[in-house]
Amino acid sequence: MLIRVENLSHTYVSGTPLARVALHGVSLEVSSSERVGLVGRTGSGKSTLVQHIAGLLTPSEGQVLIDGIAAHERTIVARAARRRVGLAFQYPEDQIFEQTVFREVAFGPRNMRLNKAEIAERVRWALEMVGLNPAMESRSPFTLSGGEMRRAALASILAMRPEALILDEPTAGLDPHGRRELLARVRAWQVETGATLILVSHNLDELARVVERVIVLDRGQVAADGSARQVLSDSALLSAAGLDVPQSVTLLRALHEAGWDVRTDRLLPEEAVEEIVRVDAGHTTSLRALQSVEAM
Amino acid sequence: MNLLLPGMYMAADSALHRLDPRVKMGTALVLMVLAFAAHSLASYALLTTFVVIVAILSAAPPFALLRTLRTIFWLGCLMFFFHLFTTPGQALVAVGQFTITREGLLTGATQVYRLCLLVVISALLTFTTSPAQLAHGLEVLFKPLAQIGLPVREFAMVLTIALRFAPVLLEEIDKISKAQQVRGVDMYSRNPLRQMQSWVPLFVPIFVAAFRRAEDLATAMEARGFHGAQQRTRLHQLRMTRQDLFAALIALAVSLAILGLERSI
Repeated sequence: MLIRVENLSHTYVSGTPLARVALHGVSLEVSSSERVGLVGRTGSGKSTLVQHIAGLLTPSEGQVLIDGIAAHERTIVARAARRRVGLAFQYPEDQIFEQTVFREVAFGPRNMRLNKAEIAERVRWALEMVGLNPAMESRSPFTLSGGEMRRAALASILAMRPEALILDEPTAGLDPHGRRELLARVRAWQVETGATLILVSHNLDELARVVERVIVLDRGQVAADGSARQVLSDSALLSAAGLDVPQSVTLLRALHEAGWDVRTDRLLPEEAVEEIVRVDAGHTTSLRALQSVEAM
Repeated sequence: MNLLLPGMYMAADSALHRLDPRVKMGTALVLMVLAFAAHSLASYALLTTFVVIVAILSAAPPFALLRTLRTIFWLGCLMFFFHLFTTPGQALVAVGQFTITREGLLTGATQVYRLCLLVVISALLTFTTSPAQLAHGLEVLFKPLAQIGLPVREFAMVLTIALRFAPVLLEEIDKISKAQQVRGVDMYSRNPLRQMQSWVPLFVPIFVAAFRRAEDLATAMEARGFHGAQQRTRLHQLRMTRQDLFAALIALAVSLAILGLERSI
C-alpha cells in the first residue's frame, strides 16, 4: 500500500480569530512494509497529519492518497481505502465500551460484516498478538489493568487486519516494562504481517528500536525525512525541532568531543558499547568510560 | 482548542470585556425584554443603533456575531412563515387556500427581528464575558434568592464547573467519535437505525470519562479544602468602577428613551 501525502495543509477553525495553521504544505510518501517514526514537539502537527492519513479530516489544501484514492472523500471507494488504515489514538483505552473483551475486540471485524467464525478467529489472533490471556475474553474490559486495557484497545484495531497501522504515542502512561513489551509486540506484529507501521512518539530512544525511517515535523512542516540512523544522530536538527537526542548519541558525541574516534550514529546502547569497544581495542579505558557512564 | 462554538467566549481587551459582568448581564436582560416589548419603528431603530455601538465596542468580529444567527435559522424561518400565513388582515397574495396578508408580513418580520436581536445581545454577552465571570455575576444577581433558602452559591459553582468542562467534553466527543470511525462506525449514516447504533460506542466511553473526571475533580477540590461553597473568598472581587457606573447610566438612559418612545405612541 502506498500512502502519498501531497502538499497537505490544514487550518483549524479557519476564517475566525482563533484560526490555527496545523500543517503547511506537507508532502511525503510511505510505501508498503515500511516502519516509520513520526516525531516533533507538542503542537508540531503530528496528530493532525495522522488523522489526515486515516481520512478523518478534510484537508484545507492538498490531499492524502491511499493507493491513488483520496482518503477524505465521502465515497464508497474512499471508505474502503480508509478501512485499510488502522489508527490508535493516544490513550486508545478511552474508546472501550463493550461488555466483554471479546466483544470489544470483535467490534471492528463485526462492522466489517465478517462471519462469526472469522471474527472469533481474528479476536483470538489479535489477543495473542498483544499478549493478552485468552481466558480474559469473557471479562469486562473495565476490570482490566491500565496496561491490559491499552493492549485490548490495540487488539481491537489489529483484529481489523489493517494494511497500515498508525500508533499515536502508544506507550504514553505505561511503566518502562510495559513500554518495552508493547513496542516489542508491535514490532513482532509488523514483521509477521508485513504491514506498514507509522509510530508517533516523543521518545527517540524507544523509536530507535522499532523504526527504520524517521520523519521530523516542526511547526506544521517536514523538517527532516530520512533513515533513522541519519536523522536520529543529527543532534543539531533534533534540538532545532525541540526534541531530545537519543542517549547513546549524546554519549558518543561527548566521547567524540573528548578526542575519541567513535562514530556518533549508533542509536542503541548496545551499539554504542560495541562502538566504544571497537575503538578502544585494549578494553582498558572503555571499561572506565562505561563505569563513569553508569555513575551518571 | 480546535473547535469553535457559536457564542463562545473570545478573550480580548475591549471596553466591553473590561466591564463589570453584573452591568453587562443586567443591561443584556433589560435590552432583551425591551426587544420583545417594543412595537414602534423608532424604538427598534434606537435599540439597533445601541446594539451596533456595543458590538463595535466589543471588538467581536462582525462575521462571528452574524454566524451565531445561523443557530436560529430554521426557528426563524418557521416563525416567519407561521405568521405570514396565519395573521388575518389585508390580503396581498393568495396561494391556494393560503393568503399572505400585509399584517402577516409585518408581524413575521418583527418577530424574526426580535429573535435576531435576542441572539445577538446574548452573543455579545457571552463573547465578552468569561464563564467564570458569568457565573460570578449570576451568583450576585440571584443572591436575594438565598434569603428564601435556595443554594445560590452551589448553583453558581455547578454552573462554573459545567461551563469550564463543556469544551473539554466536546474535544473528548470529537476524539472518541473519530476513534470509533476508524473501527468502522458510520457516524454519518442516513439510516436512522444505524445512526442510533453508532451512539452506544460513542456515549459509553464519554460517560465513563466524564464520571472519572468528576471523581478526580472532586478529589482535587477536597484536597484544596473545598467543603461546600460557604464563605468562599474570591481572587477577583467585583468592584464597580466609574466606567461601570457610566455604562450602566447609558444603558439606563437608552432603556428609558425606548420606554418613552413606546409611551408616546
